[in-house]
Amino acid sequence: MNLWHPIASAEDLPYRHIFQGQLLGRELAVWRADDDFVNIWENRCLHRGVRLSIGRNEGFELKCQYHGWRYANRSASCTYIPAHPADAPVRTICNRTFSVCERYGLIWSGEDPTGDPPEVPLLEKARTLPLRSIAVNAPLNLVLEHLANYRFSLAGDPGNLAVTSANYLDQRSLSVTATFDSKQSTVLFFVQPVDSNRSVIRGVLSSSPTDSERILTLRHHSTELSRLREKVELEALKAPQIQPMTPTIEQVPVTSYEIKTPSSGRNASLRVQVLRKWVTAEGIVGLELESIGKPLPTPQPGAHIDVHLPNGLVRQYSLTNAPGQGSRYRLGVKLESDSRGGSSCLHETVKEGDVLAISEPRNNFSLRRDAVKTILVAGGIGVTPLLSMAHTLRNNKLDYELHYFAQTDGHLAFPEILQELGDAVAPHLGLSPEATSKELAALLVGYKPAMHVYVCGPGPMLEAARRIASEVGWPDAAVHFEYFKNTIEIDSSSSFEVSLARSALTLEIPSGKTILEILRANGITLMSSCEQGACGTCEVTVIEGDPEHQDVYLNDSEKAAGQRIMTCVSRAKSPRLVLDI
Amino acid sequence: MRSQADRDVCTNGAILDLWHPVVPASEIEVGIVRQVVLLGQAVSYSSTAPGVYLAWRTDPAIPAGTVFMPSAVTENLPVLHRYGYLWTSLGDPSQSLFEIPEYDEPDRRNIHAATIGVYCSAPRAVENFLDLGHFPYVHTGVLGIEPHTEVVEYDVHVDPKNNELWATNCHFFQPMAAATSTTGKMVGYDFRVPHPYCSLLYKTSPLDSSRMDAIGLFVRSVAPDYIEASMFLSLLDDSSSDSFIRQFQQLIFAQDKPILENQNPKLLPLDPRAETPVRSDKLAIAYRRWLSDLGVTYGVIPKT
Repeated sequence: MNLWHPIASAEDLPYRHIFQGQLLGRELAVWRADDDFVNIWENRCLHRGVRLSIGRNEGFELKCQYHGWRYANRSASCTYIPAHPADAPVRTICNRTFSVCERYGLIWSGEDPTGDPPEVPLLEKARTLPLRSIAVNAPLNLVLEHLANYRFSLAGDPGNLAVTSANYLDQRSLSVTATFDSKQSTVLFFVQPVDSNRSVIRGVLSSSPTDSERILTLRHHSTELSRLREKVELEALKAPQIQPMTPTIEQVPVTSYEIKTPSSGRNASLRVQVLRKWVTAEGIVGLELESIGKPLPTPQPGAHIDVHLPNGLVRQYSLTNAPGQGSRYRLGVKLESDSRGGSSCLHETVKEGDVLAISEPRNNFSLRRDAVKTILVAGGIGVTPLLSMAHTLRNNKLDYELHYFAQTDGHLAFPEILQELGDAVAPHLGLSPEATSKELAALLVGYKPAMHVYVCGPGPMLEAARRIASEVGWPDAAVHFEYFKNTIEIDSSSSFEVSLARSALTLEIPSGKTILEILRANGITLMSSCEQGACGTCEVTVIEGDPEHQDVYLNDSEKAAGQRIMTCVSRAKSPRLVLDI
Repeated sequence: MRSQADRDVCTNGAILDLWHPVVPASEIEVGIVRQVVLLGQAVSYSSTAPGVYLAWRTDPAIPAGTVFMPSAVTENLPVLHRYGYLWTSLGDPSQSLFEIPEYDEPDRRNIHAATIGVYCSAPRAVENFLDLGHFPYVHTGVLGIEPHTEVVEYDVHVDPKNNELWATNCHFFQPMAAATSTTGKMVGYDFRVPHPYCSLLYKTSPLDSSRMDAIGLFVRSVAPDYIEASMFLSLLDDSSSDSFIRQFQQLIFAQDKPILENQNPKLLPLDPRAETPVRSDKLAIAYRRWLSDLGVTYGVIPKT
């Protein structure tokens, strides 16, 4: 049975600090996030093994000092690799986390501990006083033996050591009560096994003396415990030498960044419960989803999930929260006037407490964090992925603007988040298509290298933004966009041949069938999401041949290059395509 | 149980048979015995006249700090005087020391910048020397700066002629690429690993963009997890003072030292699953594989 052990005092975790701890030979990086969650992680960046405790606590992410890799609060998933700012890190890059509990002014942890940290009724009600922690170069058992004979005086009289009696609570803690005349004082000792020959004594006094006596009491215990330490260490020196513990470091689950997460199509591996559903703006509901079972994977800014609706439909929604912001997913869903059952189901049928199946987050609209300035342009409900981007940029103190086009004030979703973002948000209300174009032209002038713009909104506005950006000098590579849906009429009349370079397989794609469908029918699993050429999930590299693009995901220069294809809608102009599968 | 000192002694033939740097020649005094540790073994050295150097396995009868009597040495170690350093080998150095053609170019200045002790393994230090991605975080404002963090694609190959590992076509944004720089720009680099514990990097000269400065890292591995690293420069700079150039290089190394001393494990793991490489680590991945192929076991955790 694995026990809970104290590993730090709550005072060791001041604002934005990372504390280096150790338990049973294993080093720990312990840090408190801005939402008060205490993270206890293996003290090692997965990249090159550098101690995370020399890194930076940025509130919701921890940043490694060596290459700036960022890991999210709570999940410890890697959220950003600065050497590759255009790529989302593989989801399996996730540091090892350990259980946490805060009790009696101490932080408790362990390797898969069972039950709870010790409960001491005496410490529950009273105003307690944690003592200064004392590190001792001796094994835990020897320290406990000596603590059982610990003697101290009652406050104000250090010369007179009282009679004490000790009670073991379990294998690593005991209480020592001193009685002098009619007065009593009890100190609880929890001993932390740092390594085979090193322990930390963490004492908590069951009642705090008055202000004037507190410092004297603390000093007295400090003196007596230091004396005890000297005795224990002398005895430990005489004992045969013990080898230090050698905790095993888990191997990382991926060998290379290039390896993509395997998946079989539209996979809904996560189960969530609708914790909260509320009207956030006219025609828009907010949904807060909480995991049932294992914690939700950390999303990248701009990521979306597939929501498998109770009516059998599958719809994509962007997550509005930034990496590390809470353990829940937050969506914004607009009721579409021409809803085919997706948004109306979420608006009308789904209620708080309902369970939904969702996919893991995917990011085909990823945010670079190396821009000198980022312009976010939202049209209506297109604001959702941009909110997570805005939060991330703000947390990273990067220069950005969020331009939010909507009908009226009442149509602005998540006003509480917009308020938090403050001056970076510029609403543009009630504009006609012409006025919108004019406004877009005004805010897109002045392109400079290393600026990036992200646009999400209804098709006509998106097209206008892309056209204007191009006119005023933005290169395609700096203009990032995400369509809600593909409004292009898909022509599936052609037939052609597809050769799979890696699978050594040639398949016939008849008219009326998509590449994706034929691949699936032949046992080749490809990830997909929207299946209408909007999200970019089913993208494949083209080695040879001339693709006929019918998607809205690739930009014009990417389409012209002909090196990538969306297998759910696009086809071939040439008789044959060779794909890198 | 083997003692710590025993465990430090190198028995790895692939390493023992190489030439290793002992000390910069400029620091060797004529007629005085000095001593260092190389691969867990004590090595003594001295000089009988400027440019004439001897080294031997330390003999308690010839203590460090005493006046050197050449006749007292019973068996000399092989020595070389190259690139401003004294080199020796504890095995059979059948292979010649790697070439640095730049060293002999008449318009270059060859400078020993510093020797610094670091509690890390030699391959961890070399791998750090081969790394561009850490510049904005470790050498902030000098060799790199946020948000210019991207490592663009580069090429890696092993030269079949001499089995040297190379990375070419590397580029990185630097706010102050060398002691003489005043503004930021993209700087070109080539990296070269001719020896498991020695590496050279070539970077665009701030004075002549058609030529490259060379910077060398020559590591003497004292123990598997402790090194003394020397920095060698072969520069086209003709204006800065030696002390200015040395200080710049020492600043860079002082920034790397705390990172190197906080890596866990200290020995470089050669199993690719022990750490998480990304595309920009292409050279580091190749270096680890190259060490594996050479049969290096000292300073590393070999693949099981």
